[in-house]
Amino acid sequence: MNIAVAKTEKADVAGANFASVVAAAPGSGKVADARREAFDNFQRIGLPHRRIEDWKYTDLRASMRDVLPAAPAPDAAALARAEAAVKLHAIDGVRRLVLVDGALATSLSDLAALEPGLSIRSLRAALDAGDDRLLSLDTSNPMTALNTALMTDGVVIEVADGAKLTKPLQIVHIASGGAPAAMFTRSLVAIGKDSAATVVESYIAAEGAGLYQVHDAAVITIGDGARLDHVRLTEDSREAFNIAAAEVRVGTHAHYNVVGITTGGLVSRYSSTVTIAGEHAHVETNGVNLLNGKQHADTTLVMNHDVPHCVSREGFRAVADDRGHSVFQGRINVRQPAQQTDAKMMTRALLLSDDAEADNKPELEIFADDVTCGHGAAIGALDDQLLFYLRARGLPEKEAEALLIQAFVGEAIEAIADDDLRALAIAAAERWLAARG
Amino acid sequence: MALLEVKNLQVRVAEREILHGLTLSVNQGEVHAIMGPNGSGKSTLSHVIAGKPGYEVTGGEILFKGEDLLAMAPDERAAKGVFLAFQYPVEIPGVATMTFLRTALNAQRKARGEEEFSTPDFLKRVREVAGSLGIPQEMLKRGVNVGFSGGEKKRNEVLQMALFQPSLCILDEMDSGLDIDALRVASEGVNALRTPERAMVVITHYQRLLDYIVPDHVHVMSKGKVVKSGGKELALELEANGYAQYQEAAA
Repeated sequence: MNIAVAKTEKADVAGANFASVVAAAPGSGKVADARREAFDNFQRIGLPHRRIEDWKYTDLRASMRDVLPAAPAPDAAALARAEAAVKLHAIDGVRRLVLVDGALATSLSDLAALEPGLSIRSLRAALDAGDDRLLSLDTSNPMTALNTALMTDGVVIEVADGAKLTKPLQIVHIASGGAPAAMFTRSLVAIGKDSAATVVESYIAAEGAGLYQVHDAAVITIGDGARLDHVRLTEDSREAFNIAAAEVRVGTHAHYNVVGITTGGLVSRYSSTVTIAGEHAHVETNGVNLLNGKQHADTTLVMNHDVPHCVSREGFRAVADDRGHSVFQGRINVRQPAQQTDAKMMTRALLLSDDAEADNKPELEIFADDVTCGHGAAIGALDDQLLFYLRARGLPEKEAEALLIQAFVGEAIEAIADDDLRALAIAAAERWLAARG
Repeated sequence: MALLEVKNLQVRVAEREILHGLTLSVNQGEVHAIMGPNGSGKSTLSHVIAGKPGYEVTGGEILFKGEDLLAMAPDERAAKGVFLAFQYPVEIPGVATMTFLRTALNAQRKARGEEEFSTPDFLKRVREVAGSLGIPQEMLKRGVNVGFSGGEKKRNEVLQMALFQPSLCILDEMDSGLDIDALRVASEGVNALRTPERAMVVITHYQRLLDYIVPDHVHVMSKGKVVKSGGKELALELEANGYAQYQEAAA
């Protein structure tokens, strides 16, 4: 085994400070024990690097180098900067839950007049109450281990059986733009039996925010017969790191539809494990990475088919310009009992420059013998014939390219069920295209 | 002043010269047919006028409304009034025909410093033109040319011509892949666009198309040059005698 030991300067500093950090962190007893164990796991491996297979294309030791110290609780000035940014990115008709520098900002959040069946708490309160559902994440991923060790706040959303929320919930992660710092957040979304909800996670920065680190995780459970629509919009500052993980459990006849759009950040990684635990469940995951400059975005998805008669669809589209680097690692595990599984995965990448890079790594591991599984990957450039046709009809070069890029990513964005959220995702893509000039 | 003036045009593709000094003058309101055997350079001429990349102009010039056309990007040429109806219109999945039409028309208007069309005005205009060409509304919602038959693709080209109102239309082998009925519908659409101001250059291999779109002038191309020009009767003569005599003349 070739496991390197983390000896980055800051990890050592964090280690030296760990006792004091954990003393201030929420939770005691088994929560504190879990933090200590997770921190040991992180220290053993350190920041993951290219010799760890799962992180082959996203070498955090090379790019992140250090884990920054945790951000201080936001003061009045930070909250004011955050409020301005939240207004700028506001979505109409949603219930907004705002985390500023990793702490739930109640003054910026819509916590009043909750619909029947909806409950919202802070992670801090849930950990203080010893809620161990929050400790279920797999800490063999060193970054998840770090998150478990240092998580300070987040939101815990619970939707009661049979409750169908009409108003989407938006969790806004915002960096207020203080000194370079790290945020350690974790959220829980538990959707009860036969219920329905839409959850948007947005990652944004206040004006002037440069370098910061988001370390986030989510625990998501979808009850039998329930439906969760999940949208992730990563629009961090162009110097930011966003390292997030999620574990999703999908029940019988449940439906999980997730779409992620990454246009921001310097380095981002989303590691998600979806476990289909109930029969006749349906999972759709779509993602779009729009990258330029030196942006790097990695989506690593594990789809576990544990039971028969379930359907999963994965569609990923990447557009990389300049030295942009997009990574998609998709793994489908079909366990022996999961007969009649229908699982498909398709990735497509569009490279707009000679220096852009896209890595697609599909993996299928199938132990059942009566299944329909498939994957495909394609990487290419914009079609010159199409570009000329559009230009001959009067579209300037950049507009012609933009139209073709929009068409390319449109298919993934179309998977967003809610009209307003789809418009939002399209707007994020359009902002990226407009900034391209 | 002629609308289009091609003077002694020499063009290379990948080190091979295709056009060896071609001269052509087209006035407002005129319809010119360019005929010739395969490989005579007809399509190359249409591509060079529209600004398709991959062609190297090594000599001569093209003036459009007195301006140097070769100095303009393809989109500038379109905004100035050059329209090439493609021999094989491309399919663009994911871009709805209606979106494409509006984006293109507004890009042209913007380039000319004109106001962009409002959505209701634009929709009304498209519906009128589409109706006259027998293009169902359903087709306009689909991706550009996606799943269209050969005839539908050509009608979509004529629809664009009618919307953009160019001053010069170049029809590159409009008859290829069309049966007689489809050819008639497309030709009627083109004839409806003939005006005293608008000129057309009809490139074709066969005389058949010229029964529907009757030209004022016919030019025979062979081996990268115009080798004979005449009236519409020249097309009939070609139909009867073939291209062989001109190929020898050019050689």
